[in-house]
Parts: sequence; C-alpha cells; structure tokens
Amino acid sequence: MSEIKGEILIKGGFIVDPTQKINGDVGDVAIRDGKIVDKVSSAAKVIDAKGRVVMSGGVDVHSHVAGPKVNVGRIIRPEDKLFKSGITHDPTRMEMGFSIPSVLKTGYDYARMGYGFVMEAAMPPIHAPHVHEEIHDTPIIDEGALPVFGNNWFVMEYLKKGEVENTAAYIAWLLKATKGYGVKVVNPGGTAAWAWGMNCLGIEDHVPYFEITPHEIITGLMAANEYLGLPHSIHVHQNNLGNPGNYPTTLASLKLAEGVKTKNKFGREQVMHSTHLQFHSYGGDSWANFCSKAKEVMDYVNKQKNITIDLGCVTLDETTTMTADGPFEHHLHALNHLKWANVDVEMETAAGVVPYIYDKNVVPNGVQWATGLELALYAKDPMRTFITTDHPNAGPFIRYPRVIKWLMNQKSREAVLASMKKVDKVIDLTNIHTLDRELTLYEIAAMTRAGPAKCLGLTNLYGSLKPGMIADVAVYDLNFNNMPSDPEKIESAFLNSSCFVKSGEIVVRDGEIISHGHKKTVWVNPIMKENPQVKRDVAESFNKGYYTVGLTNYPVREYLAPHPFVIDVNVEA
Amino acid sequence: MWRLKAGAIMATVTLKPTKTPELMLEANSITPDAFAGKTASQIADLVCREGKTYVKIGDFFEVSGNAGATAAETDILIVGDCTRVKYIGSKMTAGTVTVNGNADMYVGGWMKGGKIHIKGNAHSFCGIAMEGGEILVDGNAENHVGCAYRGDWRGMKGGTIRIKGSAGNDIGTFMLGGTIIIEKDVFIHVSTHAEGGTVIIKGNVEGRVGGQMVKGDMYVFGAIKYMMPGFKKVDRMELEVDGTKATFDHYIGDLGERHPKSKGKEVFANLYVKA
Repeated sequence: MSEIKGEILIKGGFIVDPTQKINGDVGDVAIRDGKIVDKVSSAAKVIDAKGRVVMSGGVDVHSHVAGPKVNVGRIIRPEDKLFKSGITHDPTRMEMGFSIPSVLKTGYDYARMGYGFVMEAAMPPIHAPHVHEEIHDTPIIDEGALPVFGNNWFVMEYLKKGEVENTAAYIAWLLKATKGYGVKVVNPGGTAAWAWGMNCLGIEDHVPYFEITPHEIITGLMAANEYLGLPHSIHVHQNNLGNPGNYPTTLASLKLAEGVKTKNKFGREQVMHSTHLQFHSYGGDSWANFCSKAKEVMDYVNKQKNITIDLGCVTLDETTTMTADGPFEHHLHALNHLKWANVDVEMETAAGVVPYIYDKNVVPNGVQWATGLELALYAKDPMRTFITTDHPNAGPFIRYPRVIKWLMNQKSREAVLASMKKVDKVIDLTNIHTLDRELTLYEIAAMTRAGPAKCLGLTNLYGSLKPGMIADVAVYDLNFNNMPSDPEKIESAFLNSSCFVKSGEIVVRDGEIISHGHKKTVWVNPIMKENPQVKRDVAESFNKGYYTVGLTNYPVREYLAPHPFVIDVNVEA
Repeated sequence: MWRLKAGAIMATVTLKPTKTPELMLEANSITPDAFAGKTASQIADLVCREGKTYVKIGDFFEVSGNAGATAAETDILIVGDCTRVKYIGSKMTAGTVTVNGNADMYVGGWMKGGKIHIKGNAHSFCGIAMEGGEILVDGNAENHVGCAYRGDWRGMKGGTIRIKGSAGNDIGTFMLGGTIIIEKDVFIHVSTHAEGGTVIIKGNVEGRVGGQMVKGDMYVFGAIKYMMPGFKKVDRMELEVDGTKATFDHYIGDLGERHPKSKGKEVFANLYVKA
C-alpha cells in the first residue's frame, strides 16, 4: 500500500457508517496515503459529495469469482458472453460475460458498485494456485479465498476419532499452503458421499467409508476454528440445499452453534456463518407445495446471537449455478436437462456446474425470490445479516443494487410480485406480500459493509470510515433526506457509484473506471507449534501417491499472490 | 413471410462496396431496422466494427437512396461482394436485404422477420438462432446453417432458410422450430440435439444425422452414408416434401436420448430417407 500517496477530501456528503453510529450526518471523509485520517491539508484533492450518500467500501462475504469451477462455467457457457462484450475505452480492458464475467469485468463491476473486498467462497485446495492467479488478474478489489474443508479426507479421519487439535493443525497447514482465509464447509460429508453416488441430506446421515456424520464434521470444524482463533468463523453451506422441506435440517445445523463460545482477537462474535440461507429455508414436501420458511428460520437466527447469515437472494435472471455440492448439481441437471459439468478434486472436494433460468412465472422460482427477501425483512440484526446472491448461483452480483432496491422499497417488490403469472399462488406460499418493512440506508450499510467486515474479522481494515481504516470510500447519488420516489434510481445509484476511492486512490468517477487500482490478496497465517503427527500424515499421503502432485509442488508460490496482505494469527496452545 | 402492405411505399437503399475491409467488417447495422427513417447520408454514418475499432458504413460503401419510414418499407440492395462483411441483416424484423454476391458469417443471424436474398455463397452461421423470416442463398453455405449460438441450447425457432447449393456441417443444431432446406449435399451433423423444426436435404449426407435429437423432422432425398445407431426403421410411406412426391423409409430416434411424452406416448424425432 505504500505506493499510494496523496490526500483526498470527500466533502459534505451524508455519511452513513454503522460502526460509528453515524446515520446521515453531513460531514467530510479525509484520506491520506491510502488510509482514512482525521484531517488533511488544504492541498488535498476535493471530491464534492454534497447531496450524496457516503459509505465505506462494500464487503462481500460470499461470492464465486475465481478458480476452476468459475472457469468451468466460462468454458461450458460461451453463450453467457453473447451480445455482452462491448468495445473498451481507455484505461479499461475488454469486459465479457454476465453470470460468469471475465476477471476484468468482475473487478470493474464490483468497483463501480463501490465494493472494496470480496471473499471467494470456495477454493478447492489443490487448485489454489489457479484461484490465486485469477484473483491476481481481477483488478481493483481486495480478495481472499476460503478453502473447502467439509469433505476433506484428513478432516474426516481426524474428526472421526474426535481429534480437534490435529484437525486444527491440518487447517493451519492448509491455510498456509493455499494462502487461504478461513474454513469453508460445503454440504459436509455429502460431497464425499457423492463419490459413492450418494449424498447426506440430514446432519445425522452417515458418510460412507468415513463413518462420520455431517453433525460431527460441523461441530468438529467449529471447535478447531475456535481453537485456532481465526478471524472468520466456519462458513457453512448446509446439507440438503435447494430441496422442498429442507428447513428442519437447516435449523438442526444452526443449533450446533448453541453454547459454543468464540475465541479470537478480531472482534468477531459468531462461531458459525450460515451462507445463502435462502436455499435452505424451504417448506413443503414436493415442488407443488414448495413454500417459504424464512420466518421460522429467522425467528431462530434472531435469538441465536452467535451465528451470522447471508441471504443468497434469487434475482430472477438466467444464471450459472456452481458449487462444491456435486450431488446437488447433478440433481439440478436432472430437473432442468441443461448441460452439466462435474469435477472431482482428489482427496478434497468436488464441484458441479449447471446453467439455470430463474423464471418469475415458475412458482418455485417466485417462492425462492420471495424467500431471500423475507430473510432480510425478518432480520432483527442487520449486523448479522448480509446481502448476497451467492453469485452466480441465485443471481449475478451485479444485482446487489436490485436486491437493495427491493429491500428498501415495498412498491418495487410488489411490482415484481404482480408481474408473476401465478402471483396468487406465490402469495399463498410466501409471506412477502404481508411485509411492509422498508430497510434504511443505515441498515443497508450494515448488511453490505460493516456487518460482513465484522463477520470476517476484518473490522480493523474494511467496512468503516473510522480513521486508520483502509481508505475504501463509496459515494452514491442518493439524497439521504429526500430519497427518490422512483425505486429504479436506488438501483442505478448503487450500481454506478458517483465516486469510489479504493485504498486511497480514485478508481471510479461517475460510474466509469479510471484506474486499475492496487489490489491485495488477504490471507491468514496461523502460527502454531508444529504438530508431528499431522506433518507425518500429510507427507505420507503425498508419498503414497494419493495426490497427483508432490508435496513440494502443492503450496501456492509467492509469485502467484504478488500483493499479499497477511494476517498472522498466533495460536495459543 | 414478407408481404408488402397495401399503400406502403417501398424505398430502396443501394450500397455499393468501395473498399475491402482489412479485417472483417462487423456490419450489424446493415439491416432495414437500422436504416428505417434515415437518409442516405445518415445511413453512411451508421456505426459498424472492424476489429476493436468503430467504423462507419460510409467508409466501405457508397450509399444511395433514402430508407422507407419503417423497416417493412425498406429494401436494401448491395450491388457487389460482401465476402468480408459479417452480420448482414442480423436481428432484422422486416423489410428485405439483397446481396448481389457472397456474404460472410452470421447473415440473418437472430432475424425475426423480413427476407434476405444472397445471390452468391453464404459463409458459416447463416440464420443462426433465427426466429422468423426467410433467407434464400443461391449458392452454397458453409457450416452451422440455422444452428444455435455455440454453447446455447436455444437454436433456430422459426422462419425458413433455403440453400440452393450444398452446405457443410452442423445444420440445425439445437433447432426448435422453422425449416431448413439444403437443395444439394450436406457433410455431417444434422439436427444434433434438436427439439423441433424441419430439415430437408435434397442431396446426400455423409453421416451423424439426428444425433441426440429429441424431437423434430428430417427428410433426406439422397443417401446417408453412415446411419446413426440410435435410429430405428418403423415404416415406409408416401410423402410430398417441398413439392416432390416420393416414397420414404421412416425412422425414429435418437433412441439413446430422453424423449418427452405427449398424451401418454413418447415423442421421437423422425427421419425420412427416400427409398
């Protein structure tokens, strides 16, 4: 960051910053050499933010933006780019794609929306070099990546025997080897079962061969995560995603957090982050009576303070689903007959990719759309509820502004509802029509920056306008005291920020990219006493040829993440 | 089908090629829709792409004549060769385009209506993902006639493509509707993955006819050198196809593919080969 010099003063905007409890007060934000400061000299470059809203840079807690499964999506879906590649204007380079945008478009679009940090939500460990190459090629935004652990053979072997300490040592080794950020858990046990053509739909199901249950995997990884004191909690994609009647499984897995205490020095309060909860909040027992159970799920989340969630809102677009939940993708392919790719990743994970069209005239899709929004509208604590679309699974991330519009404006969501062919049916199966809550800018700021930053243990870097923070500052063309009556203006304001300062450098002016910025890759380095057993187990699995690469070739080389921001975690034994 | 509305005043815009593009000219704006309501000089100012730069129609053509008020009232006549001009008539909804020569790739792609007449040969992707209207090619066509965009599962939905000569491979891939007529020979891959539509081939086909085809019809007047194993002969019948009466062997398939049911009966794709 030392390369970014100079002073900027963002003057006279309506400041919205939940971390300082500032709600629309008119004020200035001062920036010097990449950091937010108390004040700057009169030589500072002035950006007039009068009549506009000023927030810290957005923080995305969960998005699939880099790595092999994103690339498989790009490979099997050339049509995603059709008529979506314009001619570039200096200084930007070619942008392509919609649901699986090119790395350049990914960086530009996030920056235009005023986002400064994005977490790649599922990194297959052996393919971490590829993930980091793509992250490096994605301009402007800072990124981290969560390696997947929920179906890892080492993890299951250790946890079968109840060995939390060994699991923790293995996590520490893998985070270092992959330059990863935290512990992602995708369909715990289910993806491993998929290698036998099976799945784990409930948390007490048995994983074949490993003699372990999803329950034990989640509990064990949660304990290991707190043993290490990592910045982020375990980040869970639960079992039985997307199926009618899955909400009891969801509640059962959320309950595993009860009584578990956090142990970390990063200000994080949760022990479990439950991701894209929309896909896990369904009632009914078939597609005919498939309905929203958002209220039941949020009633639990609201009172259980040591969990956080993100929404995974369906945006009613043609998109590309991709997840390390291999069995789910096969199931989806059997439903929609569209092309399907499956990838098995050695001893670690698997993945699938299938295109999907969320059609507002198909009742279950309408129910999914309503469920995602209901979760946010029932949420009592916006600092624990984050806006995502599980990009690109429920919709592309460039629809965040649209989700914000729907959450802030009842009229706009009623208009979508009214445009559905089977509107009465969707109203019967959901609660969206009864909800008149309209979220405020303050709540949106909590859900899109302050909250996710806290959940990721990044409160000292992102999500706030306090002096000392990385200078990620977004200016949106919205008048705090006189919000537009036309809801479309809310969407367009959040889609194309008037100005975005990333790490103290102006990268967007009037929705146009003017600089490629100085991006960083953020990863976590747990420092702990060597664990001889884990060291031996890892070496042995490579020596026995369980992996297709040698141990020395496995870790991510320095050159693949040339702009690292390393968070050291001293693990107390 | 293009029809002249009673009382409509047709206007012809003539484009005379003056320069061969160094790269291929991507002329998405050579359509009656883009020309409608414009004068010759406004048409010359319409933007096209050559590689990564924007160029104008007037950089490559001498434009004469003003367009009609609407696309339906506009005829475009290109008096010369368009071997290096792509996307002629793409996405057009009405009116006509006539090329007195060859046309490059994507002629009539995604078109919804109107009529295109290529007096020479058409390159690949002629009528790709077409939804309506008519394309007539007096010469030959290359590959991918009336196919889907690569990767897409939504192919040609409607309209008619008639190639008076022969065509290459991948004809009607992922076709959902409409008609393709090839009056001479075709190489390989006909109606692959199709779920509707009709392909008529008056000449011979090398092979791979109807692979993974779910629904739709194919008629072959000549011989198929290599039959797909997924097609089964069920019948022999007299048919009139594109004005010709003949006896055809009727096959159904592709038996290795999923097939939808209609009124309790499985629906197959039909292949009729002249006996």
